[in-house]
Amino acid sequence: MRYLSRPLATAFALAVLFAGCGGGGSDDEILIGEFGSLTGTTATFGISTRNGIDMAVDEVNARGGVLGKQVRVIVEDDQGRPEEAQTVVTKLIASNRVIAVLGEVASSRTLAAAPVAQQYGVPLITPSSTNPAVTQVGDFIFRTCFIDPFQGLVMAKFANETLGVTRVAVLRDIRNDYSVGLADVFVDNFKRMGGVIVSDQSYSEGDTDFRAQLTTIRASNPQAIFVPGYYTEVGLIARQARELGLNVPLLGGDGWDSPALTEIAGDALNGSYFSNHSSQDDPSPAIQNFIAAYEKRFGAKPDALAGLGYDSAMLLFDAIERAGTTEGPALRDALAVTDNFPGITGQITMDANRNPIKPAVVLQVKDGGISYVETIEP
Amino acid sequence: METFLQQVINGISQGSAYALIALGYTMVYGVLRLINFAHSSVYMVGAFAGFYIANSRFVQASLGTSVLAAVLVMVGAMAVCALVGMLIERFAYRPGRGPVSGVLAFWLGLLGAGFGFQVDRAFLPVAAGALIGALIGAALEKFGRVTPAPESSTLKVLIIAIGVSLILENGGQIVFGADPKFFPPVIPNRALDVGGLTIDSPRLVVLGVALLLMVLLNLIVLHTKTGKAMRAVSFNLDAARLMGINTDRIIAFTFALGSALAGAGGILVSLMYPRIDPLMGTVPGLKAFVAAVLGGIGNITGAMIGGLIIGLAEVMAVGYGSSTYRDAIAFVILVLILLIKPTGIMGKGMVEKV
Repeated sequence: MRYLSRPLATAFALAVLFAGCGGGGSDDEILIGEFGSLTGTTATFGISTRNGIDMAVDEVNARGGVLGKQVRVIVEDDQGRPEEAQTVVTKLIASNRVIAVLGEVASSRTLAAAPVAQQYGVPLITPSSTNPAVTQVGDFIFRTCFIDPFQGLVMAKFANETLGVTRVAVLRDIRNDYSVGLADVFVDNFKRMGGVIVSDQSYSEGDTDFRAQLTTIRASNPQAIFVPGYYTEVGLIARQARELGLNVPLLGGDGWDSPALTEIAGDALNGSYFSNHSSQDDPSPAIQNFIAAYEKRFGAKPDALAGLGYDSAMLLFDAIERAGTTEGPALRDALAVTDNFPGITGQITMDANRNPIKPAVVLQVKDGGISYVETIEP
Repeated sequence: METFLQQVINGISQGSAYALIALGYTMVYGVLRLINFAHSSVYMVGAFAGFYIANSRFVQASLGTSVLAAVLVMVGAMAVCALVGMLIERFAYRPGRGPVSGVLAFWLGLLGAGFGFQVDRAFLPVAAGALIGALIGAALEKFGRVTPAPESSTLKVLIIAIGVSLILENGGQIVFGADPKFFPPVIPNRALDVGGLTIDSPRLVVLGVALLLMVLLNLIVLHTKTGKAMRAVSFNLDAARLMGINTDRIIAFTFALGSALAGAGGILVSLMYPRIDPLMGTVPGLKAFVAAVLGGIGNITGAMIGGLIIGLAEVMAVGYGSSTYRDAIAFVILVLILLIKPTGIMGKGMVEKV
């Protein structure tokens, strides 16, 4: 590309891209980038989020668009790999010239991509990365979910107060920022509340054998096991724990939230609990309408990630309207002053660190389904 | 003590998975002096073949969870893998030994099928793509004077093996999808409880089948006529051919057998760890390779012992150390064995042939 002039190179890149998309960017539409794990071990994360964003985009386009322009989303698959996330976000910003980026569920992937958005001055909203470090990357990085310290605190509170257990073992994914963050906060808070962490074990995403760790945990005789991992591994962990005769409840975070969770775990997760952003059992009309529309379109009930994807897109459209422009800095300033935005996963108010202040729910896995237990306020 | 014994059981069951894959590695190496890097990908193909057979309407409706279903899944997957192994040998490895016809037609046909698949996931475009590709390939071979380089070398075949492995893994991501699938439980899962130690039925089956295959393989290689021919090929390919052995057929048989073993491994390991994806073979494949080297590559009993040692070492490292050492421990063992006894535990010293 060194020998091509920059406009020519851009034109070439766009031509190649649009040859595949069958469309073109123009002045009467707003281009938004989205990246997510549409394939890989966390594929349902990316797919649910994309479905939620698609619903928001179609809804706003049917209403006449944003600032009188239609919105179009360019979706890139990062295959669940941080290095790929960085590449596709660079492509979205540098060659597709998107005005904002929505994306990633996994904190490690958002963390890989966020510096790119920050460097180019393009706002990035992650629907559901809960690691605190994500928004610390810079003032262009926002999120629509709560953060790990809150989720870890919620589960520590739940274990201590609702379950009334005092001896808990921890099994964390050592290579995952999200899992380590959640485990650290849980351990700190649970100890502060007077509980004992009887064993702290680890694994790596992609492992299939957890018997060694579970055998060690079994020897420490816990009343519950905190497993803040993602659904694929959690499903296998639950099975192997039951096979080893470990019948205590497992506790986890929103990484469990997937239709595939109970498919992999079978009935091994019955009676286990995890914290999440919202519940399908919530009676509020906004949530029930969303669930009905989602089910009609995709033939399945939405998980919380779909709701967060929807909220992140709607939050962005709201900010564009308020800013009256799609310029990066103005958009950033509009997003930063978000106040009581009525999301379907709760009211969103941005704090000084661009993190929303909102409640969490605790859910229970029961006979292949998920049921609501309680809401824990910030 | 109870925890330690449970960890030993965990280690043996993990090790028998590695041993199963290592058996195929070591047998192909023993005969051809070729590290078949595509082995771990064929293992993955076996798991997916089993997945589709077990989820097929026939098995679901008429057999369910039964011994017969398990046998059918196992035999079916082994047959698919043997076929894949023979295709790989015929169109990837044999051209590495000398000129073979039909190679370009095969690979361009495959490429065409891939394009057809991208257009539409239906039979017609795939078949049309395959046909067009094969015709172009055949035409190129007939009129284009494209023939493989005549001289054979181990390095060439090794690189081809890596290429085939990548084709299978990435092709698998397109055909099967990259997201992990859940392998159905074809044999009933019952946990046995012996004085506080638990071991469940799939694990016992895996260990049993691994031992059985080891004995069978030793019988085939050491006590049959084909086995004798395999050993002759392993000593000297050209001399074996001069003695009237159909070396190409023996090599094809070796690959079919090795690939069937990989298929059996894929099914059995999927019964223990019911999550399968197209990249599932990579890491276990590497560790099984280490196990084969540790046991003495080319030695069938050695592969079994090596697999069990690697499995035990891994579980002990995780159980009494940290899970971050899980993948490192196998390669630490590899370095140590190469320094101390390069031929492996059961290996005999051999003269390097040039």
